[in-house]
Amino acid sequence: MTTLPETTQRKLGLVIDLDTCVGCHACVTSCKGWNTENESAPLADKDAYGANPVGAFLNRIHSFEVKPEAAPAQTVHFPKSCLHCEDAPCVTVCPTGASYKRVEDGIVLVNEKDCIGCGLCAWACPYGAREMDPVEKVMKKCTLCVDRIYNENLPEVDRVPVCVRTCPSGARHFGDLGDPDSDVSKLVAERGGFDLMPEQGTKPVNKYLPPRPKDQDIDVLAPFLEPVTTAQGGFLGWLDRALEKV
Amino acid sequence: MHPAASIIAFTTLSGMGFGLLAFLGLGFPEVTGWSAFWFFFIAFALAVGGLIFSTFHLGHPERALKAFTQWRTSWLSREGWASVGTLGLMGIFAAFLVLFGIRLAPLGWLGALACMATVYVTSMIYASIRTVPRWSHWSTSVMFVAYSLSGGALLSGEVPAAILFLVLTGIAQFFAWKFGDSRFAATGSTAGTATGLGQFGKVRLFEGPHTSDNYLTKEMVFVVARKHSVKLRSIALALAFAVPVALLLLPFHHLLAALAVLCHVTGVLITRWLFFAEAEHTVSLFYGRD
Repeated sequence: MTTLPETTQRKLGLVIDLDTCVGCHACVTSCKGWNTENESAPLADKDAYGANPVGAFLNRIHSFEVKPEAAPAQTVHFPKSCLHCEDAPCVTVCPTGASYKRVEDGIVLVNEKDCIGCGLCAWACPYGAREMDPVEKVMKKCTLCVDRIYNENLPEVDRVPVCVRTCPSGARHFGDLGDPDSDVSKLVAERGGFDLMPEQGTKPVNKYLPPRPKDQDIDVLAPFLEPVTTAQGGFLGWLDRALEKV
Repeated sequence: MHPAASIIAFTTLSGMGFGLLAFLGLGFPEVTGWSAFWFFFIAFALAVGGLIFSTFHLGHPERALKAFTQWRTSWLSREGWASVGTLGLMGIFAAFLVLFGIRLAPLGWLGALACMATVYVTSMIYASIRTVPRWSHWSTSVMFVAYSLSGGALLSGEVPAAILFLVLTGIAQFFAWKFGDSRFAATGSTAGTATGLGQFGKVRLFEGPHTSDNYLTKEMVFVVARKHSVKLRSIALALAFAVPVALLLLPFHHLLAALAVLCHVTGVLITRWLFFAEAEHTVSLFYGRD
């Protein structure tokens, strides 16, 4: 059913720390791996070793340069996957009911057996979170690892999305953003987490944490590190002084 | 947006087909028997042919019937119902006219209304896509209906109506382009809002997430046409509107009328190509190709 639920019991989602992400793409690789080897149809590649390789991914890392007005530019690595929006436009446009948002946890999923591969949901998503599988011809998207987070065959530590489990710098956090007392909600409040493209009115569940400000003030010890003399000694110094006089 | 041949053919042909059906439903021209058969044959061939083309766009056309289920929220699903319902209505109207020579006039009027409603519903598939600001506007529906009426008038041989609709649609298209060009910028979406990093400084893509193209860049970050847009728009306006009007103003001859239809169809195909190729999607903001 493509009618969006009024409210969901929980709002499971990710909090991504743009300050900590080092842009290693480990989450991309682990996501591709998990979602190729498990329940859903494999996340396929086409012409993987040929001249024009193309493949479906549920998570991509862009790198941006941010240039403040009066400070040096900064590189920010920017992981992007489905934001599991409360007002998900990808769900309502689906003609077959393959796309849906779950009432119990707010996860947006695609039932691959009902998907006709029309691509309208990918058009409706402002973030580019959905990709057509080049082999299966059905729409693929982040499932928030729904086949891990409730999977009692896995050790408890592994019952989080694989991208979160993999991230070596701890830049990805998973939890219930509908509960103001959850760790992720507190983190968002503390660090000033924000929505992507709020003007699109999608009400994304996933939040992004801003890069922390770089050191603005010079360290108090800096004056002691000033060079003692700038005058050049030796032959070059003599040459410099001599030429200066000519 | 990627200008897929299947969707261009679908919107162009079915738009003209439903336009012609609308005119036939209203009794322009008032035909019966064999001539009615041929008029309806052309109209149904265009409308149904267009719909068949649309299924070429699907990854799984064998599951297409499932698209009838979500009419509560999806304009694409509503499009399916509207098309089938309208074709059914007009099919009954045509059958009585062709087989028995009986004109069920109220059914024809209802059918004509349904034809325009169907074209409107088709337009809403695009106009409801908020991520493409150029489409997400009432003018998209106005233009789809206007094109359908122009094509219908031309195919039905109603010369004064055709001239009127062609001129009006041509002018409307000019303004739709003019105002459409600034609509993306007007939404305020930039790489800064897309990444949320605009609050810290000027945001520029430093390195893309992948080295070759992917589904997103092929489907939604299509920028090939932009540099030729003025030339293509001029050619489209000339072929779709100016030349057919000039041909219709000449003394009537079947050959000239056929030429006018051919020019119009070619012109409309170009405008539809531009409708997709020039449409900017917000995903392009993540790819530094806005």
